[in-house]
Amino acid sequence: MSDRVQPTRTPAFEARLKKRYAAERRFKMLGLSAIVFSVAVLIFLLGNMTLNGLGGFQRAEMKVEIDLPEMGLSLPPSMQDANTAARALETQGLRDVVAFSASESLGDEAAQHLNAEAWRIVAQEIIADPSLLQREETFWLPVTEDLASAYAEDGQLALQPLARQLAEDGVLEDRFDPGFMTRADATDPQLVGIWGALKGSILTMIVTLLLAFPIGVLAALYLEEYAPKNRWTDVIEVSINNLAAVPSIIFGLLGLAVFLTIFPGYRSAPLIGGMTLALMTMPVIVISGRNAIKAVPPSIRDGALAVGASPVQVVFHHVLPLALPGILTGTIIGMARALGETAPLLLIGMRAFIATPPTGFTDNATVLPMQIFLWSDEIDRGFVERTSAAIIVLLIFLLLMNGLAIYLRNRFEKRW
Amino acid sequence: MSPVLPLLLALGLGLAGWLVARARAWGFKRSAKDGRIASLPTYHAWYAALWIAVPVVLFYLLWDAVAGQLVIAHVLASPEAQVLPDFGLRRDTILNEAFAIAAGNDVRTPNPDALALAEPIREAQSRYGMIGIVVSLLIAGAGAAWAFLRLKPDFTARTRVERLVLIGLLLASLVAILTTLGIFVTLVFETVRFFGMVSPIDFLFGTQWNPDPMSNPDNPEGDRYGAIPLFWGTLFIGAIIAMIVAIPLGMMSAIYLTQYAPPKLRAWVKPALEVLAGVPTVVYGYFAALTIAPAIRDFGLSVGFANPSSESALAAGLVMGVMIIPFVSSMADDSIAAVPQAMRDGSLAMGATTNETIRRVLVPAALPGIVGGVMLAISRAIGETMIVVMAASTAANLTANPLEAMTTVTVQIVSLLTGEGSFDHPATLAAFALGFVLFMVTLVLNFIALRVVKRFREAYE
Repeated sequence: MSDRVQPTRTPAFEARLKKRYAAERRFKMLGLSAIVFSVAVLIFLLGNMTLNGLGGFQRAEMKVEIDLPEMGLSLPPSMQDANTAARALETQGLRDVVAFSASESLGDEAAQHLNAEAWRIVAQEIIADPSLLQREETFWLPVTEDLASAYAEDGQLALQPLARQLAEDGVLEDRFDPGFMTRADATDPQLVGIWGALKGSILTMIVTLLLAFPIGVLAALYLEEYAPKNRWTDVIEVSINNLAAVPSIIFGLLGLAVFLTIFPGYRSAPLIGGMTLALMTMPVIVISGRNAIKAVPPSIRDGALAVGASPVQVVFHHVLPLALPGILTGTIIGMARALGETAPLLLIGMRAFIATPPTGFTDNATVLPMQIFLWSDEIDRGFVERTSAAIIVLLIFLLLMNGLAIYLRNRFEKRW
Repeated sequence: MSPVLPLLLALGLGLAGWLVARARAWGFKRSAKDGRIASLPTYHAWYAALWIAVPVVLFYLLWDAVAGQLVIAHVLASPEAQVLPDFGLRRDTILNEAFAIAAGNDVRTPNPDALALAEPIREAQSRYGMIGIVVSLLIAGAGAAWAFLRLKPDFTARTRVERLVLIGLLLASLVAILTTLGIFVTLVFETVRFFGMVSPIDFLFGTQWNPDPMSNPDNPEGDRYGAIPLFWGTLFIGAIIAMIVAIPLGMMSAIYLTQYAPPKLRAWVKPALEVLAGVPTVVYGYFAALTIAPAIRDFGLSVGFANPSSESALAAGLVMGVMIIPFVSSMADDSIAAVPQAMRDGSLAMGATTNETIRRVLVPAALPGIVGGVMLAISRAIGETMIVVMAASTAANLTANPLEAMTTVTVQIVSLLTGEGSFDHPATLAAFALGFVLFMVTLVLNFIALRVVKRFREAYE
């Protein structure tokens, strides 16, 4: 027993172990910091947009007192239609009335900076409530972009003292602008709104959904349930998988060269935009649809076949209803991607300045991401906040859609 | 003719046919001796409805294309059209304007020629619209007659309807092939036209990119169309800078989330990373152009760069890298999770620390999947458009300095196709040639990536 037992933990071993544990801790910290960085970027991105964008839902407005009875305006009850009523008020000189009252209550210098379209707001309020004409009323009206940026301590230095003075008097302040959600594009950041783009997005999405959903679901059913395994179906399968990975701008090239040649009259219409996006969304729906259909156990099919259902009845009465939640989840995710897509629409010409919201699928329209892109090119400072505000609206829509997809997945997920 | 009316017509007539046919089939069923007929009444109804609606819709799709051409021909033959300029962009502009006026759209400063043309357009549209409706009605009537003559108690409507359904399913799956084919044919067609004007050698190997959409199209200066700076810019931004950001961050996130993170953290962080992938690219582009690019410019100034560009490759690449992180991390996540638990346990049992296990066992075992994921990420990055359109520049520079302005293939496609150029000009066609290169490169990358991922997956199953 003379063999001395060596201690296993020699000092060299201890040192090595310490080093290895330190490496372990460093590695773990590295992993954690990668996650912290990614999440921090996300928070910074969202926070930056939110902080900038909250200002975008406001605009600088001036308090103007208008003694309407004194001005002798009248609104005949026959003119109920908003358009004719506005025109009647215009011919009676409402524009001058507003300008005059502004210089009465604010002074000439300030009145010059009342927005040229301010009288329309007065007109709208009068049309909404004709009894206004019988009393003196206080209106908050938008100012010019020059004064607004001076009020934001930016832009023309010469105007800043005036803006500060007016703000001290309590007649100039940033007020919530509900019209931002209901107006369309304009050249003046004080007057822009996103309803035109939002409506264009909605119309485009409807076209995309109507085309991509049925085609995608039917194609998924065919490939999963009926397709014989041969070269043809291989080609179909490969092309669907490839389409899902093709850069979106290529779909824009396709839309430009094919759809706009067939329908030259519908340039920048939601119809063409929706068709282009549908080609892009369809593979996503097919792939998720196939997974959902695959998840339906064969016993369901066998059971239905056993009681005498035809193959088509098996699919449409049994498999499809069971697979539908999964298909819907994939569809919503695909639609969310289409909603945020800009590049293909840029190529097919949905980048025009459009000051009236579209009324149909063939009207000229723009979409929300495109509106963001167009505004981001504007140099006026006011557009920065408006762009961020539009981004907030777009992100809210996307979060709602993704939330719905997650809810559907959790609510209807089945373990067979 | 408005597209809604014929579709409503087809739907309405189809519905009517459906109801009538079902009622009729119920009649058969009641009068049948044992109360049984060959197919359920619903199938009779669908048979009739399909025979009415499908031909009408098909006719309409055809007619819409034909009628558009007929309207244009009719309008061009009208006396008002004689004053139009012969060919080219101006004529198209006037015609487009005239169509817009005819459709009742608001045109801000109408051209008098366009105003004069609006009336003949409206007239021709309503005439061909009427013809379309009348023919649609005739076709619907013929379809209805055909269907109703065949409805009998022993008529096997179900087999017929189901055959049609199967054809519909097959057609739907053919859309994917048609789209792929459409993309391919369009790109090849326009690229061949482009190479008829500019030599492919000049295009693929030239180092000067400076197309001039206003130049004389008959004399395309081939030395203006050297795309090497674009390919380099695309590679530099998408495959180098973005990947330098995305691969380490994505890999480390995936490793931490799969190996270290407590389940609760994982449940929160994974969706957060997914949000990062769901943010629209136009938002990233805005973020890059407004926040990151100026910061980088200031940084460049502060470290003593003489004149850093406000549109740098670095800004676009960094933000694109952030966009790609969740993509890399979810692919790495999947492939690490696919490594058998026994390999991990074996390594740990031998006394390796977790990080040694990860680096020596898990990552090498998962490497094919990770490489496949990275290639998919690269293909996505080089096809990405909005970030580079907003944050990179349009100036083609062949440089390795990330603070310089650089342009990419997608930026050039957008800028060539959103300018004022005719479709016969090499500058416009160059966009399709670039698109073709982009399409082929991403296709090859995806193909290799899928192959790698597939082969790897088979190894453990």
